[in-house]
Amino acid sequence: MSQDFRLDNIGMVNRNKKISFTFNGKKYFGYEGDTIASALIANGVHLVGRSFKYHRPRGFFGVGVDEPYAILQLERNNERDPNIRATEQEIFEGLEVKSVNCWPSVNFDIGAINNFLKMFFPAGFYYKTFMWPPSFWYKIYEPFIRMAAGFGEASIKHDKERYEHKYEYCDLLITGSGPSGLASAYAAAKNGARVILAEDKPRYGGSLLTSDVNVGNQTGAEWSEKIITELKSMSNVIVKNRSQVFGYYDHNMLVMSERISDHLPKTQKYLPKQRLWYIRAKEVLISSGSIERPLVFGNNDTPGVMLSSAAKEYIKVYGVLVGKKPLIFTNNDSGYETAIEFKKNGVNPLILDTRKEPSSDIITEAKNLGIEIKYSYVVVAAKGYKKVKSADIAKISDNKKDLSNIENIECDCICVSGFWTPSIHLASQSGNKSEFNEKIDAFIPKKSKQKENTIGSANGKFTLEETINEAFNKGYEVSNKITENNNKVSVPTVVEKKSTEHDKFWCVPLPKGKSYKRFLDFQNDVAVTDIELALREGFRSIEHVKRYTTLGMATDQGKTSNLNGLQLVSDIENKVVPQVGHTTFRPPYTPVSIGAIVGREVGKHSKPTRKSPMHEWHEKNNAVFVDAGVWLRPRYYKQGNETLFEASKREAKNVRKNVGVCDVTTLGKIDVKGPDAAEFLNRVYTNAWLKLPVGKARYGVMLREDGIVMDDGTTTRISENHYHMTTTTAQAANVLSHLEYYLQLVWPELNVNVVSTTEQWAGAAIAGPNSRALLMKLFPNTDVSNEALPFMGYKEADLFGIPAKIYRISFSGELAYEVNVESDYGNFMWEKIIEVGKEFQIQAYGTEALSTLRIEMGHVAGSELDGRTIPHDASLEGLVSKKKDFIGKRSLSRSAFTKPDREKIVGVVPLDKTTSIPEGSYIVKDPKAKLPNPKLGHVSASCWSVEYDNPFSLAIIKDGKNMIGQKLFAMSPLKNKTIPVEIVSSHYVDPEGKRVRA
Amino acid sequence: MLYIFCPHCGSRSQNEFAYGGDATVKRPELNKEISDQEWNNFVYLRKSPRGKHLELWHHISGCRQWIKVERDTSTHEIFKTYKADELTE
Ligand SMILES: [Zn+2]
Repeated sequence: MSQDFRLDNIGMVNRNKKISFTFNGKKYFGYEGDTIASALIANGVHLVGRSFKYHRPRGFFGVGVDEPYAILQLERNNERDPNIRATEQEIFEGLEVKSVNCWPSVNFDIGAINNFLKMFFPAGFYYKTFMWPPSFWYKIYEPFIRMAAGFGEASIKHDKERYEHKYEYCDLLITGSGPSGLASAYAAAKNGARVILAEDKPRYGGSLLTSDVNVGNQTGAEWSEKIITELKSMSNVIVKNRSQVFGYYDHNMLVMSERISDHLPKTQKYLPKQRLWYIRAKEVLISSGSIERPLVFGNNDTPGVMLSSAAKEYIKVYGVLVGKKPLIFTNNDSGYETAIEFKKNGVNPLILDTRKEPSSDIITEAKNLGIEIKYSYVVVAAKGYKKVKSADIAKISDNKKDLSNIENIECDCICVSGFWTPSIHLASQSGNKSEFNEKIDAFIPKKSKQKENTIGSANGKFTLEETINEAFNKGYEVSNKITENNNKVSVPTVVEKKSTEHDKFWCVPLPKGKSYKRFLDFQNDVAVTDIELALREGFRSIEHVKRYTTLGMATDQGKTSNLNGLQLVSDIENKVVPQVGHTTFRPPYTPVSIGAIVGREVGKHSKPTRKSPMHEWHEKNNAVFVDAGVWLRPRYYKQGNETLFEASKREAKNVRKNVGVCDVTTLGKIDVKGPDAAEFLNRVYTNAWLKLPVGKARYGVMLREDGIVMDDGTTTRISENHYHMTTTTAQAANVLSHLEYYLQLVWPELNVNVVSTTEQWAGAAIAGPNSRALLMKLFPNTDVSNEALPFMGYKEADLFGIPAKIYRISFSGELAYEVNVESDYGNFMWEKIIEVGKEFQIQAYGTEALSTLRIEMGHVAGSELDGRTIPHDASLEGLVSKKKDFIGKRSLSRSAFTKPDREKIVGVVPLDKTTSIPEGSYIVKDPKAKLPNPKLGHVSASCWSVEYDNPFSLAIIKDGKNMIGQKLFAMSPLKNKTIPVEIVSSHYVDPEGKRVRA
Repeated sequence: MLYIFCPHCGSRSQNEFAYGGDATVKRPELNKEISDQEWNNFVYLRKSPRGKHLELWHHISGCRQWIKVERDTSTHEIFKTYKADELTE
């Protein structure tokens, strides 16, 4: 199949490999190395989309990251990918792309009616049109905006692709492999620096690939090939293509997205689709180049109007003509280079130059080639709807205000060049202020803020000789600072054609009686009239104008539109551009896929999963797991068709009646050691610790300095200077940091060390009236009688040859023990307990039964110690020492904490003894009171009491102590329930605590 | 992402650390009688200066030491870091 616009003898695509792909369902061919844009243009396709607001036809405007138009939707390997720039995405066999923002098709788009209803879409139309009446918002405005907005559809499926993150350090990061990037990388690498050179495009070399220049007696392309080959072979250099450095963050941290597999039909095994690099660089050289500016004239958004540098690159890199009857519209010499390339490839261009009589080497060469040039000429308007068919051109007066000799000429493309804008985004992101350079009518970076320098055309240096010299010097200078080596490489000679000054003129006036749309922002459809309107309506700050008109706010971030917008504002305001200033550049420089940002931290991998050593046993025994922080804990063990409710009731009942075993490995454990350990605990906990004998455990409560309970748990004195502290599962990490804070910063004189031992010990709680009998069988050589191992006692024992620790502590309120062994023996211990426990009717119980047991005993846990309660509220005031000082004590005498009707924990039982009270319910006196109904407090935890076989809840309510016996109501607006209840003691079962001491 | 010099470990990325607030706050001595106002100042009141700030960072994913960092809150420049027991200038 022949391609009408493909040249035979030029370009860098692989002619030996034909590739087929589909665009909007139609099959096309291209070559390996083509982008979607170059392949479509080769096939004569220019209409690829519709604009955002007016749904005007859209073609291609650029050839890379600056592309505002050609945003497509891609299907690859059954995955949907929106927001793909056709100018960047390389084609591969089987690629499927389609247009976005048009319905039913790109050729016939109903939304284009907006184009004829322009009066409804002036600047700020969102604010004006969709404001009133408010009731219209959900029904009319939002659906309309949702239907009209956006570029493509994101996939709602789980993305099966793999994305990776990588952390890297280097001496010097160089962003862009154009002449300045290559030269500085080479100089620095040769001087021993560890260099990373990042190139956004697939090919290295930047402008060297398309310019007619000579470096070191080679063409630009040959020289860049030579340098890159040598850099690749050096062990101190990392060279990456298809890699965009998109963000410059604090302390020289830069982030780069590498598109590893996007150009392949399928991601290869063991490779990610994309990789995000976090690079900490000692120095950065920003060599991101510059982007050509558009000229502004009527209908300058018509497909076929594009940047002249893009047209040149399509010829030189892809061997593709963007048209056969080109009109070159320029205010500087760059347009001539494009015209020369057309001419050399057998196409006759016409140059319209806004300047009066410029002369330079390049212009002379164009003349000598016989290219037709019209000076002081402009394009007034492009003609043609879906593709440029002709142009109205005119002579412009010397003051650039009046048009004359308007005529229509035939053309099939208009290549525009309004001079060059340095890409200062990264420098600006680093905190660097920019300054306006009158010579180039654009901003360049000012003084470096972080350790960075901007070089080459990104710094406003537009001649190759200057660029190469500067880059070699900078590469050496920066590397010398780091490596202190003095290995200087010689700078190659540069031959290039001299150019002359550009014309500051950029916006063609409207001819009398015409109202052509002249666009500034091509992606967001912001025209000259929109900016004018915004200024008339009183917007002055460029930041406000930007947000009101949406100039530069599209996915291309105004790479081609910002500067012309500023020019216009300053022209109207009669200011100079530096006074207007520019808007802030923020990362990312180009859109980055969410997948790359998330990396491998997807779903279950977003946090680590911690499992106890007994996890496999739980799995085998039908445990249903629950997330407890990052831990997985058995919630209940399902037997047959049991529900959660049935299973947890069975398990809890069995603990009260026989004996149960619960995996308590997840409890936080901290070793506290040192001669001052007792004194330290005495300051950390609210109760007294100095007299705790060796071999005894004690329950303790610790506060924050503001008097709020931080955590609770038991701590056991293992030996004279060694304590074993337990914390709740949730607070384990915080408690350790808390202890370290006081030891390192507040009381460094205390000789104490703390270390987490959570993972070193596996724990099993054995609870129930049969637990001692079971223990006697588990530890036949140890005396576990009530006398030898009383409540809150501790013993080391031998478990079938394994060293174990027995703590007689109880969370369930039953006679109970916790047995700890080293983690690796955890499963052994567990299986022994189950095996030996059979004759005592042992059953494993999960967290649900555990909760039931503790709630009906009135033991507090995380739902009561929720960061809002002081010891009094949780009925822990008995543990607060009056004699000694401790962390947070002073706060407890605050008036709010001592007022007589302070909240307190109580028990709540429904009057009908059957209706469960939803957790979070409010306790109120009168359910029919006027809203907002004054609440007394809230229900913190609910269970089905297995002791009394009715629902039971804990609540923290105002003046709780005096509320016992009252009949109140529990209200849950969420569940739409109002339940009459009676307030009882929170110690619903065994209030005297006889069982734990049995 | 900041690059913080831990006096025990060397320069490490911010994601290894937890922020710990104003390092100049001094806890009142134990067992000392102090007014509500004084205690209130210690527990709740913190300056939030623009510019130099001496603050605590905890190297939780490293050596687990609390360190003091002198940082500019508006530019993120770090001037100096100190060990917990080191005297600051
Ligand atoms: Zn450290």
